[in-house]
Amino acid sequence: MDKIIVGLKRVVDYNVRIRVKPDGSGVATEGLKMSVNPFDEIALEEALRIRERGEAREVVVVSIGPEDCQQQLRTGLAMGADRAVHVPHDGDLEPLAVARILLGLVTREAADLVILGKQAIDDDCSQTGQMLAALWDRPQATFASKLETSGTTARVTREVDAGLEVIEVDLPAVVTTDLRLNEPRYVKLPDIMKAKKKPIESVTIASLGVDPAPRLRTLHHEPPAPRQKGVMVKDVDQLMGTLRERGVLG
Amino acid sequence: MSKVLVIAEHNGNHLNPSTARCLSCAAQLQAGPADVLVLGHGAEAVAREAAEVAGAGRVLLADQPAFAQPLAAMLAPAVAELARGYTHVLAPSTTFGKDLLPRVAALLGVPQVSEVMSVEGPRKFRRPTYAGNAIITVEVPDDLPVVATVRNASFKAAGKAAAVPVEAWTPTATAPTHTRYVELRSGGGDRPDLQTARAVISGGRGVGSAENFAVLYRLADRLGAAVGASRAAVDAGFVPNELQVGQTGKIIAPEVYFAFGISGAIQHLTGIKDAGTIVAVNKDGDAPIFEVADIGLVGDLFQVIPEIERRLG
Repeated sequence: MDKIIVGLKRVVDYNVRIRVKPDGSGVATEGLKMSVNPFDEIALEEALRIRERGEAREVVVVSIGPEDCQQQLRTGLAMGADRAVHVPHDGDLEPLAVARILLGLVTREAADLVILGKQAIDDDCSQTGQMLAALWDRPQATFASKLETSGTTARVTREVDAGLEVIEVDLPAVVTTDLRLNEPRYVKLPDIMKAKKKPIESVTIASLGVDPAPRLRTLHHEPPAPRQKGVMVKDVDQLMGTLRERGVLG
Repeated sequence: MSKVLVIAEHNGNHLNPSTARCLSCAAQLQAGPADVLVLGHGAEAVAREAAEVAGAGRVLLADQPAFAQPLAAMLAPAVAELARGYTHVLAPSTTFGKDLLPRVAALLGVPQVSEVMSVEGPRKFRRPTYAGNAIITVEVPDDLPVVATVRNASFKAAGKAAAVPVEAWTPTATAPTHTRYVELRSGGGDRPDLQTARAVISGGRGVGSAENFAVLYRLADRLGAAVGASRAAVDAGFVPNELQVGQTGKIIAPEVYFAFGISGAIQHLTGIKDAGTIVAVNKDGDAPIFEVADIGLVGDLFQVIPEIERRLG
């Protein structure tokens, strides 16, 4: 195959504790460490491995969002992507709008394979890959833990509730990644330097003919209900007693 | 007037309990009995089972060879075709529903509400974001159908009721040929699945090595529990990735969760917040895990676990 497109979403780092703003208007993200969505990093790693096996020629990373998304695109380039596309946008985007933007890029680039994370760890929607596949009228293989490509098809092992489901899809197709697919490589300093010379192209949402306005109204944000304060026990006897009192050990 | 369609999940022989949970969510929409769509092949028994769940007004059975396996690409065009006659379309937020419903929503050209955890009004819902650290209330505007997945852990399964009629329904859309089912392999042998287990025994960096995890496996087998791990234990190579519990691993809600030698990084805690009882055992009394634990014990897991086993008899 010729080309793989990978989406990289800029999200609050998985190890940062977020806070809901006291007025319930949103989540306070100012000044927090931002990273590539972990599932997207896995998507890029998989694309790079396919290219390194000689089964694809080019890996293109795409990010949609504010100017700062270029940091995540630079990370993607440093990991080994060949080039990057940034679609500037300030404000919320729903997965359907993201899927429509990606459809424009995927069509323009004539991609053979699109690999996305199974969900972003901020909005936790888990929709974009499926929506893109629907709009593109192409197969989807979500929650992938193994991906083998051979010419015009891909064989994908999916992590489903009942176990591991194996499906075969014709290319082009959309694959979304689960955690088990691979372990992303670490970026080395020389690669970061080299990545600075790689191109980042800018494509506007308007040029793709997409209306980015959200349709759902988000009315309120709130923190989760706190857990009840727990008890500390002195020893295993007390531990077992407390467990039995609560009926936890049957 | 509201009209609700629930997409049934099943394995060809039996209805998945998540469907009854969807129906109890549907009942809160105050729209009257819901239609339940069963897509399958030779799935009459499933349709009859669905007909006896409280809240179902009618079961529509779309029986075709193309629907023999739950492949989103095959099912979505049919669901979208039927969905046009409804104000609400619900599916469970299981891997089945998560795979299928966004594809349906995109074919309808409408947004989806993922993981509904409570119904605040016929078009207003609460759902978790940031792995449950921020709960948002969203409203679907009047001119759009509500397309939503329903969080299993948030709704009790609807009970049984007198059987309602089962009607055959034939979609006009033809299923695509670009997606082919190969096989389903069931997971992890005899040990219960991490996502559905009643009890989970989890270990962190404090376990020390892959060999030492045997202690946890032994206790898990005694209790019929699943085994999990923190990201630190996975990164240290003690256990494979698939055992990771946390925001980037599995988000679980067992009745009881035992954390042995887990310090309690934020991303781990977000994965266990919905557990019934959290038990933490750690040598470090200042470990953050004790802030969320229901029962905490400062101690060495290698002494504590054998003592627990002795008391289990």
